[in-house]
Amino acid sequence: MSRYWTQRLGFALLGLITLAVVVPILLVIGVIVVEGMGALSWEFLTAMPFDGMKQGGIFPALVGTLLLTLGTALVAIPIGVGGTVYLAEYARDTWVTRSIRLAIVNLAGIPSIVYGLFGLGMFVLFLKMGTSILAGALTLSIMTLPVIISTAEEALRAVPTEFRTVSASLGGSRWQGIRYIILPQALPGIITGVILGLLRAAGETAPILFTVAAFFLPRLPQSPFDQTMALPYHLYVISTQVPGMPFKVQYGTALVLLGLVLSMNVVATVIRSYFRRRRQW
Amino acid sequence: MFARRRTRSAQANWTEFLIEALIRVLGFSTIGFVLLIFLFLLREGVPILRDVELSNLFGVRWYPTFHLFGTLPLLLGSVLVTVTAILMALPLGVATAVFVREVAPDWARELLKPMIEVLAGIPSVVLGFFGMHVIAPFIREALGAPTGLTVITGALILAYMALPTIISVAEDALDAVPKSFRDAGLAMGATQWQTIWRVVVPAARSGIATAVMLGMGRAIGETMAVMMVTGNAARMPFGLDALLRPARTMTATIAAEMGEVAQGSVHYHALFGIGIVLFLLTFLINLVAASTIFKKQRRGGLR
Amino acid sequence: MVDPKIQIDNVSYAYGQRWVLHKVTLDIPPNSTTVFLGPAGGGKTSLLRLINRLNDLVEGTRMTGRILLDGKDVYGSDIHVPKLRRRVGMVFALPLPLPGTLRDNVLYGPKLAGIRDRSRLEEILERCLRQAALWEEVKDRVDHPAVALSGGQQQRLCIARSLAMEPEVLLLDEPTSGLDPISTRKVEESLFELKQQYTIVIVPHSIQQAARIADQAAFFLMGDLVEYSPGKELFTRPRAKKTEDYVTGRFG
Repeated sequence: MSRYWTQRLGFALLGLITLAVVVPILLVIGVIVVEGMGALSWEFLTAMPFDGMKQGGIFPALVGTLLLTLGTALVAIPIGVGGTVYLAEYARDTWVTRSIRLAIVNLAGIPSIVYGLFGLGMFVLFLKMGTSILAGALTLSIMTLPVIISTAEEALRAVPTEFRTVSASLGGSRWQGIRYIILPQALPGIITGVILGLLRAAGETAPILFTVAAFFLPRLPQSPFDQTMALPYHLYVISTQVPGMPFKVQYGTALVLLGLVLSMNVVATVIRSYFRRRRQW
Repeated sequence: MFARRRTRSAQANWTEFLIEALIRVLGFSTIGFVLLIFLFLLREGVPILRDVELSNLFGVRWYPTFHLFGTLPLLLGSVLVTVTAILMALPLGVATAVFVREVAPDWARELLKPMIEVLAGIPSVVLGFFGMHVIAPFIREALGAPTGLTVITGALILAYMALPTIISVAEDALDAVPKSFRDAGLAMGATQWQTIWRVVVPAARSGIATAVMLGMGRAIGETMAVMMVTGNAARMPFGLDALLRPARTMTATIAAEMGEVAQGSVHYHALFGIGIVLFLLTFLINLVAASTIFKKQRRGGLR
Repeated sequence: MVDPKIQIDNVSYAYGQRWVLHKVTLDIPPNSTTVFLGPAGGGKTSLLRLINRLNDLVEGTRMTGRILLDGKDVYGSDIHVPKLRRRVGMVFALPLPLPGTLRDNVLYGPKLAGIRDRSRLEEILERCLRQAALWEEVKDRVDHPAVALSGGQQQRLCIARSLAMEPEVLLLDEPTSGLDPISTRKVEESLFELKQQYTIVIVPHSIQQAARIADQAAFFLMGDLVEYSPGKELFTRPRAKKTEDYVTGRFG
């Protein structure tokens, strides 16, 4: 009988450890919400900062993050989805394909600060874009590629092979089958992957440190060649470089960033489960 | 009559050819990007070997303003923080993976999995912020460290950041263990607990090792969170109290110093050099992890 | 003597190292039902898929010999494969509806081929569903999802779908294996009608089904064509011993 007691205790221990993993997550979110709530207001979100950032709002940082995310989407989605379609539908099992997969795994593992270095070296300096939204978005796009590719590939492979066979038997070319049946069926999964990739891009600081981020810009960016403020960088600076910054403002900024990222996460999850239930296969 | 109906225009065939060509190019783009990144790092980082003697680079003092570019404190800082983090994350992660996959009832699993995804989504700067304002003071009070910005604070935050990776890969590894293994264990009269630890987990051990490696890769590459909580003192982390003292990682060094560095200066090259080291390290770790996965996929089994 | 619609000339076929067809030669006359009979592993399905080149989608296979459609080699270098597949339609063993409505399913082929005219498409839709003996049952449900139909209806939908481009040849691979007897009978009835317009090659679900519908029958065993006879001869007076053993049920 003591074996079953070992099991009971063992399961309880595992449960406790899992709790030890999960509870801090709630703690982090909870603390930031509680402490940052007070700073949230319409003004906070839409006004420009002043008085050394200690007053006013975070509007330019918010706009900057949105612009960067948009830019990343514009570049990473076509390249990522195109590359995935190649891998899932056209590539044969050769060493070339395996190298491509290895390259993707590596891109996924490159530290974000190394992306920042690359962005600095290639886009800001070599291609002479200067610290700009363009340089930042391009850097973030390459960083986001592996995330998009791996989720999109999963989505494409999940579509039953039979559809491809049927389409071919009805006189469809490979591209026609992909365009009219496979891609539309994989679209929800692809969109989920894209959103997850973009939320990561929105929250990253290291890649934009040297490629686009400015601490204090009194006006909004006018062109892709301008610098911009961005939420993650803003949070970093006001919590580490500005003495006397009121805690409420810091927590408020953290809350906005967290809220942005978490809501994208929720949207992605909802899309995924909604379409999973409506699948016709 | 049939012939006209059945012909797609030549233009349509041309468009399709172009589309397929474009897709092929995009497919190869990832290799291009990896090579490009490596090339650029080399371009800007290799000059350090010509600017500075090797003995300097392997020295123990990193004071760029005095032309001292000893990378050992940074390397050891990264290693110490990462290893400590993984030592914490390994039991946490494996236990959670086992719990979620083998023990938890369905309703609990539906709650736990999204939570872990949420953790994966929290930006590192936010976790660093939390660490700085909440964890560091706690460590300062509880363990008597002067500022609370220490190796162990960084390791703690890093452990949590690596957890989603470790948990999900470990879960996949557990998932891949065939049901027949579990059935066999139970059929021999073992309890579920015994089956888990004597049959399932050993069967999944290579997958779990991969999970840990990928987690380690994640941890070594982390920048903002460690930068905000490890205190950023580039000193050699020796001595028994190293865990309670500040240190500096390679990633934090680049992030903290690149902004003030003149393009083309020795310091600039040195930072890129560190970038090369980071690139190679994570490349190696991911290479090993990926080859285990590929080998398994091709053999179709788990051992 | 009518020219054969399809000529299979000395065809051998291998998956990797394993040969599943050995030097098969037979002629398939037009406007009739030819049946490929035999136990599992005989190569019947592979042969079927070679005719519409569906096996092109599978890697690591080899074929020797020729397959001629109306005298032209189907594997010739000037053959446009999608066009070939519109002339040679196929129905599979399991009902495989495409995602979408019944209309989407039936009209998929025509739309891919570029047909846009609405009235033409409606015409095709009704014609095909009638030919598959499905029209009366679903005529007010054509815009409902195809997965809402029963198994038997879905399979008849697949038949309708394959008829949309008015192929000259129809290949069917155990089309009634998942169906109840009533649906099976309906499918066999429609096949009987169809053979007046099309050339049908079918791998039957059972020997009894083969005996019911065959105009010619070919018996395959382990990749060899053992016997090929007109009419019901294969069933009533088989020439080879192995054929006799199979049709009398001694193995299979």
